[in-house]
Amino acid sequence: MIIFKNVSKIYNDDFHAVDTINIHIKEGELIALIGPSGSGKSTTMKMINRLIEATSGTILIHGQDIGDQDPVLLRRNIGYVIQHIGLLPHMTIGKNIALVPKLKKWDKVRCDKRVDELLEMVGLPAKEYKNRFPAELSGGQQQRVGVIRALAGDPPIVLMDEPFSALDPISREQLQDELLNLQTKIRKTIVFVTHDIDEAIKLADRIGIMQDGKLIQFDTPEQILRHPVNEFVRTFFGADRMNQVESLPTIEEVMIPPISSFPKRGLAESLIKMRKYKIDSLLVIDRNKTFLGVAGVGEIQKNFSNENMVLEDVMNKEVPTVRLSQQLDDAINLISDNHIAFLPVLDESHKLKGLITRASLVDVMANQLRSNNNEVAPVGGEEL
Amino acid sequence: MMFNNFLVMLQNRWPEIMIGTWEHIQLTLVALFIGNLIALPLGILLTRKRKLAEAVIGITSVFQTIPSLALLGFMIPFFGIGFGPAIVALTIYALLPILRNTYTGILGVNQAVVDAGTGMGMTSRQVLFMIEIPLALPIIMAGIRTATVMVIGVATLAALVGAGGLGDIIFRGIAMARQDLILAGAIPAALLSMIFDYILKRIEIAVQP
Repeated sequence: MIIFKNVSKIYNDDFHAVDTINIHIKEGELIALIGPSGSGKSTTMKMINRLIEATSGTILIHGQDIGDQDPVLLRRNIGYVIQHIGLLPHMTIGKNIALVPKLKKWDKVRCDKRVDELLEMVGLPAKEYKNRFPAELSGGQQQRVGVIRALAGDPPIVLMDEPFSALDPISREQLQDELLNLQTKIRKTIVFVTHDIDEAIKLADRIGIMQDGKLIQFDTPEQILRHPVNEFVRTFFGADRMNQVESLPTIEEVMIPPISSFPKRGLAESLIKMRKYKIDSLLVIDRNKTFLGVAGVGEIQKNFSNENMVLEDVMNKEVPTVRLSQQLDDAINLISDNHIAFLPVLDESHKLKGLITRASLVDVMANQLRSNNNEVAPVGGEEL
Repeated sequence: MMFNNFLVMLQNRWPEIMIGTWEHIQLTLVALFIGNLIALPLGILLTRKRKLAEAVIGITSVFQTIPSLALLGFMIPFFGIGFGPAIVALTIYALLPILRNTYTGILGVNQAVVDAGTGMGMTSRQVLFMIEIPLALPIIMAGIRTATVMVIGVATLAALVGAGGLGDIIFRGIAMARQDLILAGAIPAALLSMIFDYILKRIEIAVQP
C-alpha cells in the first residue's frame, strides 16, 4: 500500500531529519509513528503527501512512485488531519467538510449527502451543525469535524498529525474510541503521528518508533512491549509499562493447591470436608487426577435428602478451565468474563494441577504492585 | 451675521466648490485605484518572496517619510505640473498602508489553516483566494481605509502643482486671508474623508466572510 524505500530527508546544513527509512504499510492498517520531538516522525508522515519532499529514496503508493504525481492531485486522495484542527473559520461546518469533494468536482447533491452522512457518523446531527461556524463548536467537536473532513473525499489513506494532543483528556479519550470504532467500519490506511505512547498502544496495529531520523523498531505494540530492540525503546516505553508485561506471573505461580474429592463420595461426607476447609465447591477428580467437574454446596444441599446420591450425580461438568500453558491474561479474562470465583488449572492430559481464585489473583497483583513501587520511583506526568 | 455672510459666499462660489470637490474626488479615486493595483498584488507577492519584503516595504516607508509638500515639489522637474504629477505623488502615498497591511494581513493568517488547505490538495492559488485573502480581508481593508483618508488629506496640496481640487479654494482663502473661503474648501474635504471612510467600512462589512 505505502512503501518507503531508503527514504531520507536531508536539510542543507547536512541535518538528517529522516535517515534511510524503509517501511511497508499494509492496506487498512493503522500505523502510529512515535518518538521524541525532532525524531523525524512528522517529517516522515508529511513526505507521504509531499508537504515535504524526500531528498532521496522513493515512496510508492499502490505501487506508483508519488514523486511522479502532481502533488495537488495526490493530496486530494490522502486525508489530512492536523493537530491544530485547521478548520477554515470563515466557512460553515458543512462547507469545511465539503471542501475536498468540491475540489474533486463532485456535484452538489453528492457533496451534501456526503456531509450529512459523515456528520451523523460522529454523532453531530447534520441539521443542527451543518450551518454553524467552527468557532461555535467545542474543541472536541471541532476535531471530530477535522477527522470527517479528512474522510470526505473518500481517500484510501489518511494522515493524522498528533490529532488529539491539543484536546482535554476526556475528549481525547472519546475521540480515540470513536476513531477505533470508525476504523472498524471504514478500514482506511491510517498513518498517525503521536508522542503519546498510550495512544499509540491503544490505536495502532503497528508502531514505528523513531529516534534521530531513524526507524528504530517497527512492530505490533505487543511485540515491542515484549521485545524492545534496545535500551532506548525500553526507556521510551517506560520501565513500568515493560515490567507489567515481563513480570506478569505465570499461571503456575498464581495457582493454589485445590481441594478435591472423588466422584463416588457421598454428599454428607463432602459437606463435612467443605466445612473443614471453609470452601463452597469441591473439584471432582478420578484416581488419575483427571478433572471431571465441580460440585457446589448449593447442589449438594438441594439433593441432601437423597441418600443414594454421590458427588458424581450433582457435579457440574461444564465449567470453564484453563491450561497450564496459557497466559495469566487468559485466566483473568475467563474469570471476569464468566463472572466466576475460581478456575481449575489443567495440564495437557486434562489432569488437575491447581486452582486460580479471585483471591489468589489479588494476592499476586498486590505483591506485584508493592515490588514495582519499590523499584520505580514515581515519574511526574507519566500516567499509567 | 457672519454665518449669513458665509452662506452668501457659499451661494456665490457654489459652482467653484462643486468643481473643486469633483476634481478632488477624481484625484483621490485615480490615485487609490492605481495604488491598489500596485500594492495589493505586490503585497501578496511579497508573502511568497519574504526575503524581498523587508527591502520593498522599507523603500515605500522611505517615500512615506518625505513631507507631502516636498514630494509634490519633486514631481515638477520630472512630470511638470497638473493632474499627472499629483496622481504620481498621491499614489506613492497610498502604497505603504495598503502594501503593509496586505503583507502582514496574509502572513497573520493562522498557519494551521493554510497547512490544512495545502494538505487537502488546494493549489496555491486556491489557498490564496479561498483562505488567505478572505481571512486577511479585515486587515487589508483597514489599510485601504487608512490610505483613502490620507490621500484625501494630501490631495488638498495637489493644488500647488496645478492639479486643482479643493486645495485651490483653501489656498486662495489663505492668500486672501479669508477664513470663510478656507472653510469652504476644508469642510467639503473633511466631509469627503468621512463619507469615503464610511463607504469603505460598509464594503468591508458586506464582504466580511
